[in-house]
Amino acid sequence: MRDGGVALSTIDLGARVGYPKAVSNLARIGSFARGARALAKGLLGTAGGAVDGWMTGLLGEDFNRRLERVPLALTTQGTDPFGLDPQWTKWALASAAFLHRRYFRTEVYGAANIPTGRVLLIANHSGQVPIDGALIGAALFMDVEPPRFVRAMVEKWTQTLPFVSMLFARVGQVVGVPENAQRLLEQGEALLVFPEGARGISKTFDRRYQLTDFGLGFMRLAIETGTPIVPVAVVGGEEQYVSVANVETLAKLLRMPSFPVIPQLLLPGGQLPLPTKYRIYFGEPMTFDGDPDDDDAVMEEKVWVVKSMIQSMLNRGVKDRKHVFW
Amino acid sequence: MEGAGAVVITGICGRLGKRLARVLHRERKVIGVDRRPFPDKPKDVDHEQVDIRRKKLKDVFRHGDVQAVVHLGVMHDPRASASEHHEWNVAGFAKLLEYVAQFKVPKLVVLSSANVYGPQAGNAQFLTEDAPLLGGARFSEIRDLIEVDMLAQGFFWKHPQTETVILRPVHILGTVRNAPSNFLRLPTVPTLMGFDPMVQVIHESDVVGAIRRALAPSKRGIYNVAGPEPLPLSRAIKMLGRASLPVPYTIGKMLVRRMWSLRLTTFPAPELDHIRYVCMVDDARARQDLEFSPQMSVEETVRGVDEDRW
Repeated sequence: MRDGGVALSTIDLGARVGYPKAVSNLARIGSFARGARALAKGLLGTAGGAVDGWMTGLLGEDFNRRLERVPLALTTQGTDPFGLDPQWTKWALASAAFLHRRYFRTEVYGAANIPTGRVLLIANHSGQVPIDGALIGAALFMDVEPPRFVRAMVEKWTQTLPFVSMLFARVGQVVGVPENAQRLLEQGEALLVFPEGARGISKTFDRRYQLTDFGLGFMRLAIETGTPIVPVAVVGGEEQYVSVANVETLAKLLRMPSFPVIPQLLLPGGQLPLPTKYRIYFGEPMTFDGDPDDDDAVMEEKVWVVKSMIQSMLNRGVKDRKHVFW
Repeated sequence: MEGAGAVVITGICGRLGKRLARVLHRERKVIGVDRRPFPDKPKDVDHEQVDIRRKKLKDVFRHGDVQAVVHLGVMHDPRASASEHHEWNVAGFAKLLEYVAQFKVPKLVVLSSANVYGPQAGNAQFLTEDAPLLGGARFSEIRDLIEVDMLAQGFFWKHPQTETVILRPVHILGTVRNAPSNFLRLPTVPTLMGFDPMVQVIHESDVVGAIRRALAPSKRGIYNVAGPEPLPLSRAIKMLGRASLPVPYTIGKMLVRRMWSLRLTTFPAPELDHIRYVCMVDDARARQDLEFSPQMSVEETVRGVDEDRW
């Protein structure tokens, strides 16, 4: 009798509020989702705590202390205006730091060359998968004084991909348009640019450590905002995945920037990059002046100065190393 | 602003219009123009229940000492036919502009929207007033709002004797019945799985504040109007204590399309882009020139959608 009464009043309430049935069903799904989420959050919370503990064990207390010293422009809502979330960023940095310290055992040269204010880091791009970006980021966080957080620019089409677009935004990667770059530099951030773009990363093994064409955009940006350029040479990336050919017709068909042929992927465990030893060289800051809207020919000359600097740093780095793996 | 002459507000019977009238009628004479009735209007507000496309609109200008016009009367009912939309929004607005020019009204404030820029994958994080108006690229229903914005821009250049101000506010939240407020009022808020764009919101009372700033003498130009700091969409939903239901984009789009054709939803499918991509503006110009800054915090702004509706 009592149960009937309760049921009746619920129906009555639904009728009075006047929600169509679909909406109240939706609400029910929603409350179920809320319950499931609370459970998931509990599990994630424990997992998060465990991950935090594991991270500290692996990377040392120093990691957390450095994290506190990274300047972030957070709003009252806990993200920065571009959508960077400190918790996500912490995990991303920890993964990068693990690759940096343990997997690739990176050696960093010239860390003192990084200025404290705004800076454009111009680097060679290699290795089929952009691990070089993560390692440069880790180097600026772990080995540079004061610790910096690098912002990189990502392709527009990544924003159309679910999860990827959200992840990129939460860890501070922004859409690669000049307005965003300018705004970040005006905020005094360190901005990482690979002027070779997809051409550089998908190089085949026979063209390792040879720079391909550079874009001119970074030079216009540097001149316009008066930002010093730090040339960066990354040695060790070209050997992590050995690509013997690039099948352009397939790439075009699949609408991918490239279609590398990497034989090691067929071996068990070969899907992981080879644990080569990375060496990252930071050159001395270079400043350029002139008119940012000058002809391409004028820009190309200035870009050539940077490009040849990076090439000579690369050549020296490759010559100096004793072995690819140690 | 005492004795500044009458201000004509088109679309005064909307929730934003009523709010604006309640603020402005204390300072100056307010004449409302709307084809809807205004039952609970303050005593000193004159209300002309006319359609802005009718000749009778001219009488308002002929008889009153009109010193300013605030145009809020933009119809955005996605269910209405395209020709009805165009007729009302564009032809009606052109008529209004004609009278503003003819009677040499010194001030015109047009409420456009940041939606005219449109959410796109390749958007800069903060769009300035110079950014192209691409809102219609994927969502054709918004094209006449862009046309209204363009008409106002043309008027700005052709009639320098009138100080024209175009305001492009971000998503307005509050008691208003617009798409973003209605969306956040859903009992379970659907989101797109794997997408959580940063959004900017502004409280309706802050929009009223911005319009008041724009009415001050010597202000002219186009201004993006943003509220408090941006926040991720998921955070806004959490703030309201609503459950959210992530749906994959392709399925969500299909569902919304089907529901739209069955008249189960008021959201047309292209509007999904607003919860997928960023469409945020740089409001530096409004902060500097209009000296506008929002009074409401983010929490107050978002919670505004649940305020008691009067």
